Amino acid sequence: MSAAAALSALPGRKSILAPPSKAADTAFYALTFAMAITVLALVLIVGVELFRGAQASIHSFGWRFFVGANWDPVNNDFGALPFIAGTAVSSILGTAIALPLSLATAIFLTELAPAWARQPVSTLVEMLASIPSVILGLWGIYVMVPWLHDALFPLLKRYFGFLPIFQGPIGGGYCMLSAAMIIAIMIVPIITSIAREVFRAVPDSQRDAAYALGATHWEATRLAVLNASTRGIFGAAMLGLARALGETMAVTMVIGNRPGFSASLFAPGSTLASTIANEFVEAVSDLHLSALFELGLALLLVTIVINLLARLLLGALGRKTRLGL
Amino acid sequence: MAVAAASLTASAQLLINGAGATFPYPIYSKWFYEYSKVDPTVHFNYQSIGSGAGQRQIIEGTVDFGASDGPMSDQSLSRAPAKLLHIPTVAGADVLTYNLPGNPHLNLDGPAIAGIYLGTITKWNDPHLAALNPGLTLPDSDIEVVHRSDGSGTTYILTDYLSSVSPEWARRVGRGTSVRWPAGLGAKGNEGVTGQVRQLPSSIGYVELVYALQNKLPYADVQNAAGRSITPSLESVSAALATAKVPEDFRFSIVNAPGEGAYPISGVTWLLLYEQQRDPQKGKKMVEFLKWAMTKGESMAAPLNYAPMPSNLLQRVLEKIDKIKY
Repeated sequence: MSAAAALSALPGRKSILAPPSKAADTAFYALTFAMAITVLALVLIVGVELFRGAQASIHSFGWRFFVGANWDPVNNDFGALPFIAGTAVSSILGTAIALPLSLATAIFLTELAPAWARQPVSTLVEMLASIPSVILGLWGIYVMVPWLHDALFPLLKRYFGFLPIFQGPIGGGYCMLSAAMIIAIMIVPIITSIAREVFRAVPDSQRDAAYALGATHWEATRLAVLNASTRGIFGAAMLGLARALGETMAVTMVIGNRPGFSASLFAPGSTLASTIANEFVEAVSDLHLSALFELGLALLLVTIVINLLARLLLGALGRKTRLGL
Repeated sequence: MAVAAASLTASAQLLINGAGATFPYPIYSKWFYEYSKVDPTVHFNYQSIGSGAGQRQIIEGTVDFGASDGPMSDQSLSRAPAKLLHIPTVAGADVLTYNLPGNPHLNLDGPAIAGIYLGTITKWNDPHLAALNPGLTLPDSDIEVVHRSDGSGTTYILTDYLSSVSPEWARRVGRGTSVRWPAGLGAKGNEGVTGQVRQLPSSIGYVELVYALQNKLPYADVQNAAGRSITPSLESVSAALATAKVPEDFRFSIVNAPGEGAYPISGVTWLLLYEQQRDPQKGKKMVEFLKWAMTKGESMAAPLNYAPMPSNLLQRVLEKIDKIKY
């Protein structure tokens, strides 16, 4: 006899399993709904507070804020264009550097690695994500940037110096390219894990078909897996980009913090997140603070939009899997 | 038992909150700790969140006192609901630290530093720098300029100095805790600047004197208004303090001070509090603490590498403290 039945058989003892309670179900629903709404409300509250804080700046500068290139706290004149450009360049470049790395890792983990190696390797990749941003920034200052400055940048300048992006003085090594590299290191785990899911969603029948036609490992992967996964890969890249946009500490430690434009990747730059982190605490004038709020608002909106786009792209992936296509 | 006893004392204690500048945090911590032995009925809580935040918090009334490395502007003061007093406490200095082969002892002057940070002097062997350092052969390399990316009183002191010695700097950049730097890389905090200068050959940056002393960084002598080349030290900062012109509201600058032995890139830090204290109990304790700090507390400044106020200035400060009503 099962334990429950045995206990129910005891005289005067009610069943362990209470009768289904409508009240408990309603409470359960209400509680979880409340929690879900709270999360949504938090995002809205952040957005609203940013908007309120940015009011002074919005009133003073209007649209000029997003195309102005002058960030002058002393004279209270603020224009966000250098940071928008800096964020765009560092994030897109970082994603571009991370994408081949992540895809190759994901392919290795799903297609090529022996079964016993898959879990350990993917755990190691995920551990990269657990390194705090500040620690990675410190490593960037003391290890990565000196190496880039001494080894990689001179090489790039010598062999690719005809390209405008590799012209100009190498300077200290604290530049856009260093920031892009550190961003790439930080987003490799997220792109890899999503790409792995995307590749795993491709049914084996596709791969078998390719092999049956006499394809090599690479050809089979290209035909069966990569071709079918373009949307998912794009979605993974966009999620990586969304993460890259918000990276603050590691970026601010290696980017050189110089608001300005340059065609050269060896020139220092500045991003929205790094500027907010740097100037928020000491911002004395209300307009300065408000301008920083407006930077935050811009960053929030861009990140939300990119995240939504990414989810849409990846959402289609889920539907395809369920239909077994 | 000890915890229970401590919490009993804590509940009987008056809590006074302050926030602001990071530069004087070590000396303020020492003062609050020592003062708790003098008067156990009051407990001070200080958050070193930065001068700008300190100024904002005291204006909004969320703290009982603020602290700032730069004086509040007329505009900021007008936003305060009542009259705010600036109480100068200790002074420090900015030093120029650098990374050159052989660690030579550099000699600089105002126009040289302004030129470097404006980007007009680009190489170490520039004639102006060579003229200031006749005994050295400076390398023919680009000067990698490092400044602060975050807002700070340290930046305020340097830009205040550069604005007074270089009309071009005053016109193009100005003074502030955050400015639009014409040249150079930004690093976060004194630690960030130190890290970058240490890692980057041929670089120059500015940090607090306290910081440079504790981390044994090389730093330059700077020529002062009297034409003498001064090594940054507590004595030379005190000399700058002694000759400073101090107005009635104590918002003064000691950069480029006229004294013979004065170090030109020096600055004061202030406590900010209302002349009319809202809470009589807290006001009374604040005044008692301030009087103790300006007498006994100042003697604790030098061992922590802060320059104390000279006695003539202290006298005026004490008179001002007497004006605080509660």
